[in-house]
Amino acid sequence: MSKRKVKDDHLPVGECITQVQDILRERFCRQQLPDRLEGVEAQHKHLLELLKRTAVHGESNSVLIVGPRGAGKTMLLKCVLRDLLEEKEAQKNLLQVHLNGLLQTDDRIALKEITRQLHLENVVGDKVFGSFAENLAFLLEALKKGDRSSSRPVLFVLDEFDLFAHHKNQTLLYNLFDVSQSAQAPVAVVGITCRLDVLELLEKRVKSRFSHRQIHLLSNPTFPQYLERVRTQLSLPDRFPDQEFCQDWNDGVETLCEDKSVQDVLQKHFNSSKDFRSLHMLLMLCLSRVSVSRPAIRPADLLEASRLCFTDSKANMLHGLSILELCLIIAMKHLNDVYEGEPFNLQMVHNEFKKFLQRKSNSMYNFEQPVIMKAFEHLQQLELIRPVDSTAAKTQREYQLMRLMLDHSQIMEALQKYPQCPTDVKQWAMSAFG
Amino acid sequence: MKYSSRLRVRRVYRWCEEPLSFNRKLKTHEYRSLAISVEGLPRTTVIKTGQHILIEGDDEDNPYVAKVVKLFSDESGTQKKAVVQWFARVSEVPLSKLKLLGREPHPQEIFYYEGRSCDDEVNAESILRPVQVKHLDGAAPFPDSVDKDTLYVKLSWDSKTFRAVDSALVEQDRPPCPKPSLPPSPPCSPLAAAPGSRGPSRRALPTPDLAVLRRALSGEVRRGRATMSAGKAGAAEAESLHSATKLSASKCLSAKRRDASARTPGVRKKLELSGPDNKSMICDDVLSQLLDDELESEVTFAQRMSSSPPQATPLTHSLTPLRKAHRAPAAEGAFPLKPAAIVLSKSSLSEMSPPSAARDDSSRELLDKSPQRGDVTEAGLPNGSVKTPRRRNGTPRRNYLTSGQKATTPSRKKEPKTLKEPALGVLAEVDNENSPMLPVATTPRSSKRKSAQLVSSRIRKQLNLLENQQDLNSDGEDEDEFVPSKKELQSSSEDDEDEAALESDEEVVLKKGRHAASGPRTPRSKQKTRSSTRTPRKTPNKKITPGTPRTPHRATPSIPSRSLPARQPANVLEEARTRLHVSSVPESLPCREQEFQDIYSFVESKIVDGTGGCMYISGVPGTGKTATVHEVMRCLQHAADVDEIPPFHFIEINGMKMTDPHQAYVQILQKLTGQKATADHAAALLEKRFSNPAPRKETTVLLVDELDLLWTRKQNVMYNLFDWPTRRHARLVVLTIANTMDLPERIMINRVASRLGLTRMSFQPYSFKQLQQIIMSRLNKVKAFEEDALQLVSRKVAALSGDARRCLDICRRATEICEHSAAKPSATGLVGMSHVMEVLNEMFSSSYITAIKCASVQEQLFLRAVIAEFRRLGLEEATFQQVFVQHQALCRVEGLQPISVSEGLAVCQRLGACRLLLLEPSRLGVLQRVRLNVSQDDVLFALKAD
Repeated sequence: MSKRKVKDDHLPVGECITQVQDILRERFCRQQLPDRLEGVEAQHKHLLELLKRTAVHGESNSVLIVGPRGAGKTMLLKCVLRDLLEEKEAQKNLLQVHLNGLLQTDDRIALKEITRQLHLENVVGDKVFGSFAENLAFLLEALKKGDRSSSRPVLFVLDEFDLFAHHKNQTLLYNLFDVSQSAQAPVAVVGITCRLDVLELLEKRVKSRFSHRQIHLLSNPTFPQYLERVRTQLSLPDRFPDQEFCQDWNDGVETLCEDKSVQDVLQKHFNSSKDFRSLHMLLMLCLSRVSVSRPAIRPADLLEASRLCFTDSKANMLHGLSILELCLIIAMKHLNDVYEGEPFNLQMVHNEFKKFLQRKSNSMYNFEQPVIMKAFEHLQQLELIRPVDSTAAKTQREYQLMRLMLDHSQIMEALQKYPQCPTDVKQWAMSAFG
Repeated sequence: MKYSSRLRVRRVYRWCEEPLSFNRKLKTHEYRSLAISVEGLPRTTVIKTGQHILIEGDDEDNPYVAKVVKLFSDESGTQKKAVVQWFARVSEVPLSKLKLLGREPHPQEIFYYEGRSCDDEVNAESILRPVQVKHLDGAAPFPDSVDKDTLYVKLSWDSKTFRAVDSALVEQDRPPCPKPSLPPSPPCSPLAAAPGSRGPSRRALPTPDLAVLRRALSGEVRRGRATMSAGKAGAAEAESLHSATKLSASKCLSAKRRDASARTPGVRKKLELSGPDNKSMICDDVLSQLLDDELESEVTFAQRMSSSPPQATPLTHSLTPLRKAHRAPAAEGAFPLKPAAIVLSKSSLSEMSPPSAARDDSSRELLDKSPQRGDVTEAGLPNGSVKTPRRRNGTPRRNYLTSGQKATTPSRKKEPKTLKEPALGVLAEVDNENSPMLPVATTPRSSKRKSAQLVSSRIRKQLNLLENQQDLNSDGEDEDEFVPSKKELQSSSEDDEDEAALESDEEVVLKKGRHAASGPRTPRSKQKTRSSTRTPRKTPNKKITPGTPRTPHRATPSIPSRSLPARQPANVLEEARTRLHVSSVPESLPCREQEFQDIYSFVESKIVDGTGGCMYISGVPGTGKTATVHEVMRCLQHAADVDEIPPFHFIEINGMKMTDPHQAYVQILQKLTGQKATADHAAALLEKRFSNPAPRKETTVLLVDELDLLWTRKQNVMYNLFDWPTRRHARLVVLTIANTMDLPERIMINRVASRLGLTRMSFQPYSFKQLQQIIMSRLNKVKAFEEDALQLVSRKVAALSGDARRCLDICRRATEICEHSAAKPSATGLVGMSHVMEVLNEMFSSSYITAIKCASVQEQLFLRAVIAEFRRLGLEEATFQQVFVQHQALCRVEGLQPISVSEGLAVCQRLGACRLLLLEPSRLGVLQRVRLNVSQDDVLFALKAD
């Protein structure tokens, strides 16, 4: 410690670790905008030009950004807006309205939100006055009064665009697109959705008014690119205060990425999903294991994080079951095998369990019916089994038909890890038939 | 409905003297004057030629104004006719034309009508009463402090332009009988049940507030009616009054309105219903005149009270403490006068009213006045609460306040009326009282909402307090009555319960706006906003905000204007892009000549004939239906402007632009008259408008876009829309637009389809030649496209949908792509085939295949597993569990580590989110069923490709 303190650009290790975690967390969680977009330059250019024409020339437009979850749709839009607002001409003019299909679940709410964000004159404080019909009339009137050259252009961003298509009559979409196709106030309608079939959701006259511009974000990175991304995401920037620590950290990241086991893990993740959000999740888990005593990410951390990511949630739940409940599950599994997935009821399961007890068991003994029933209900509460027909409450509980919500592999995996599982139960589970 | 039958007092018209001359040719007798009297009453109004009169019309608040040119009857003398020179009210001038005025029209302004489209011969029996019309110089300002029954003429209006008018044309030969000098005021309207004469007709009042006046009037009328019915019942007890209240509360609005309309602003009410009151009236007049001398400048309660002796006593008492509390010392000057007034009124009360009330016993009178007292206290209350010290000189502000009050509760609402009475002066229907009717009689849109009630209950509480206070001061005379009357107020306010938070909202807004708006606001603007919130029969005002009566006062729907000007297109491609934008209005619509012609001649013939009719236009989206109709309307409007056809009124509604089919009524009414009403009310008003004859009616052309959205279960909206044109006096042409050709057969019940008739037109999708022509005409010689490129676009679109919008969008996108590639040296600068191909790919190619290609390995494997499972099952559907087994197997084949069930589910969900797969809800876990949303071949093709 004392030695380090001699050089003044050295920080204590704890300080450095805190800094590292701050910087990286910022990257992984806050979705910091990258300075430069990779792989989507064309889309960026297209969208930027489009919005610029609205902002500068007052030309109305509509566009959809389509891509799978985690593909960077919102990031693309944000980058475009950032770049657009750098231009003074656009910055001064553009009005923005951001809507989200998950928040504005119907047109009434959406209209109020629009009026609020536009600061139209029927807004007092934070409240919007007037009924739904009046709000609509007001907004349309407002937009109608504008014209291409004199009124400020309005950018409507509709996140989760597909949900807006489920609103009654698609009134909002019709009107927005109609404005964008008529000589009224200039608007740009940008929809963001992950549904590839979104156009089929639009009603024919709504569809006709939409300009049919779609920007697809279907990035297809290769594994080396993916690895590179891991490297850059983990590396510390040059402006890190402690140069020496920074150097050490970056070297550590470099060796980490060349590690064979690490590459295997990353390959597995890459195979499963190419989006960067899940990658960030993985790296976040690694990062949280970094501490003063272990000031770098080691391959073991990554393996552990990956294991966490891939664990089967249902199998985990099985570990917490009592041995009786586990036995019932095994009985159900056998019933499933015998009857090829037909539903079962408590009585059948109990019989199966009793058969097992008679034939093989030496460690288990029979339970009372109420105990079995209780265990059965617990399983149902855990949603490991579910009734075939939730409305059939008329039948007695013993005879209510159920289905098992688990896969065989999950049961077997759980059995392997179940602490002190009796051997005969294991054997019973493994045996082909009852 | 007994009261309404009472209301229908018959007017009797007769000639005053022998015929002036006899026209042999026409066999008509000409007369100089006509006497109108109401049956059962001794007084008559005399109408002479040259005098200005009001003529009954469909808008009862604004009867038509005209000048009598000639009075004549047929040979037998039974048919009384009048030839008139019309004047147009502001409300009769189309909103669009009002712009020509270049200024805000004065609410009492009328225009000398020079149009030819209306018959100048009217039935003399439609004459209501005389009115005073003054000619003003073009530059002269409208006199501010004149009483409301004078109308002003500055300009003439010939349905196209405004022109200055010569005063000689306007001025009447003889001033209309000034009311004060005509003590037995002629019964001008049969409906005016109010048994009261007015005070002096003119008082220098600072509020020529039309809205206020009118409201005051209507309030009075209602009050009058209430008394009447109460009186008829012959019961002087609170019971009968109460029932009257209830009755009126539940009574249809139309009756109310009719009453109100009978007395327009600017006309003094002269009708007396019952003899006994007359005497008291006279003494009222005397009294009020006396008082006026003293209190002339003051527009206060006191004045009002003074004009109504019966109430004066309690009122002044109750008032003074209140007012003092909230008054600035500056206002004190007016006070010393008051005691005198009180004394006077007291004496008059004690001496005059008991004897005068011959039939009406005093208890009734007391009852009558007691609510008024309630008013006063209420009036005092809000004012006080808002703390406006300068009450007196700030008349505008007063109005403003009252409008706020009005907005809140029924009980408050009547305030404005009573408050304004002093302003009316003449009108002040002194003795006839402020009956319990009042609260109910407020507006058609009286508040019925819970929230409003809440407010009103709070007010009532406060009132109670005030009342107690008051009772201490008052001479106790009315104490007993006051309480019951208040109860009535309550009960009546409870009667109307539906109208929800409307009013309370309004109040909030008003209050909020108040701080900001108090300064620069003029009385006039105030009255406008108020009028917009209240009586829909107001003169339409351009300042009325279109859709939001409850928004802050000056809320105008508009998008802020840009700080920097929009850039103009810089090069050929940009120019082309601007021209190709769907929004740019083309000089003409090519390829729709036939349809244009058909619609044009249809509408033109209807306009020329003055009849009505329906037309149904169908066609797929983007075939120019709406555009063609608009084009037709532009041409017709032009024709009307150059006088080829009679003027008409074009309005447009769109089923998609309303939240509910019934909003159609609201929008039609709004666009037709500028009024604002609820859906039901609007339907009733329109119904009336279209079924009643009116001398000066323009044809209305109504365009209903997206007709199918007006469908309701009972189809009453459609039914009405198609039924109105068939009415004899409607003069309504309805053009409807929808997408499907067989809409009438499919969704309309027989009686609706039958009314729609068989005038149908179908717009075919554009052929490729037409599309090409459309683009060419839009480009208008801007050379931006290669011939082949154009042809490709139009052929492609024609094959797909024939949607012109699509075509234009593609061209626009092509210019963009061309612009990007223009940097290359090989580019010609014109949009070529390659660019168009690129756009077509971009817009029409399915993205599924790319999406599959870009999917992760596990996702691709899962899709493969799905197909494998489908093949195994021979079905197009499988559960996740089944597919997952296949997936595990495939993983082993591919040499990948098998994934866990959770991971498998995640993969499945991701595919489901993109809609490559269709999934059941995810809570079903492994049991959820999976389907492909793409064809199996597409999937295999996409997977094979890499």
